[in-house]
Amino acid sequence: MIDTTERSLWQRNKWLLLRRTTQFTILFLFLLGPWFGVWWLKGNLASSLVLDKISLTDPFILLQSLASGHAVAQPAVIGAVTIFVFYFLVGGRVYCSWVCPINVVTDAAHWLRNRLKLNLSWSVKKSTRVWIMLTALVVSAVTGAIAWEAVNPITMLQRGLVFGMGLAWVIVLAVFLFDLVVTRRGWCSHLCPVGAFYGLIGKRSLVRMNAAERTACTDCGDCFRVCPEPHVIMPALKPAHDNDASVILHGDCTNCARCIDVCEERVFRFSTRFG
Amino acid sequence: MHMSEKHNKLNRRQFIGQCAHTVGSMSILGLLLGSYARQSASTPARAIRPPGAIAEEDFTGACVRCGLCVRDCPYDTLKLAEFGSDVATGTPYFIARDIPCEMCEDIPCVAACPTDALSKDLTDIRDADMGVAVLTGPDTCYSVTGVAHCRACYVACPIQGEAITMEQKRVGNRIYFEPTVHAQHCTGCGKCEQGCVTEEASIKVLPRHLAKHDAGNVV
Repeated sequence: MIDTTERSLWQRNKWLLLRRTTQFTILFLFLLGPWFGVWWLKGNLASSLVLDKISLTDPFILLQSLASGHAVAQPAVIGAVTIFVFYFLVGGRVYCSWVCPINVVTDAAHWLRNRLKLNLSWSVKKSTRVWIMLTALVVSAVTGAIAWEAVNPITMLQRGLVFGMGLAWVIVLAVFLFDLVVTRRGWCSHLCPVGAFYGLIGKRSLVRMNAAERTACTDCGDCFRVCPEPHVIMPALKPAHDNDASVILHGDCTNCARCIDVCEERVFRFSTRFG
Repeated sequence: MHMSEKHNKLNRRQFIGQCAHTVGSMSILGLLLGSYARQSASTPARAIRPPGAIAEEDFTGACVRCGLCVRDCPYDTLKLAEFGSDVATGTPYFIARDIPCEMCEDIPCVAACPTDALSKDLTDIRDADMGVAVLTGPDTCYSVTGVAHCRACYVACPIQGEAITMEQKRVGNRIYFEPTVHAQHCTGCGKCEQGCVTEEASIKVLPRHLAKHDAGNVV
């Protein structure tokens, strides 16, 4: 049965609020140490130590280290495998929408862009981020340094907040302005190689968005407008054949679940990749 | 659907054109990124890497810039380079004149490193090679100039009597004592530089390859 009762404010914003809460909680856990001397989570998003025991390392940074010709050491490898397995289960780009602090910046830019009705947008191919990712690996191999970390806005911002900002805000501001006036959803959906890397994990990951009640769809377009990667919705919501799966299987989907929030017809829900 | 099918059907000329476009753009990006990453990896002499740090050209490929060494440094000696400073962003360093390395016996910074940017091969802190102290200001050093019977650097040195000795020198009728660094014992901890009483330190820790009197050790 399709529920037609009006949804509450909470129901219309639940996943957005949960996402923001998660993003800020993770940041706050990193700040507990320097602010209050409680070291539950030490380090930063590049590599960290949980409760002085569990090592976590960003696999893309470690991959660049490997490309730079460096034999990687044990805690970092275990940490990277742990992170890899985690996102393999919950969804590759869950990192983007539930953890990454730059997501808050680019979502803010997107919101303001809509408010100011800024429609001009340079077209950048979505595949650009994959090429940038490969370029970062090649440059790491050639220079022997972890190349993307010289400019990565994600770790710049997060390390800045936890260890000291320096001029890192310049890079954050640049990303904000790029998304605001240059290209719609420019950074996260077109350029960021970190997102591209997690998107590769996302091609095979377990937890998925599912357009389960797609027959209730009224073609209002709300989900397409709110989705940072609208092309992922089409095959699941409007399939070529009626019996095609309603699971969104595209690696670009960030599992942000904003589609659940905005859909008055309650078409979307979470599921596994098997439906 | 139809859109993407149309895009996928390229003739050879378009295909080659697109390949050239991608390769070209990424080459430009790669060159910019590479030269920036390379340039930002040139560390100034006053910034000293933590104990156990592997050779600088390998360090920027091994260090993931997590700051765990900084967190475990009990003396707040280590800092993470901020973006815009002259040290590669996110990498650890210290300024000896501000807070030198206290040479902890258990070397917590090395233990904290999740990669081998700080090498676990360093087990005795006295084998650390962060740099080497050099009497950079013999013209300002109180002991050399005879302003005072100063031996602040000698007293500050944690490897006292081995890494720095006060050698008696004579110029004409004047006898003075010159702080003399013995590079094979000096770890580059920077206690002498911090302890020096002249306005600008007269003794400074330099990366070993810049310390002339030890040029024989440069590989």
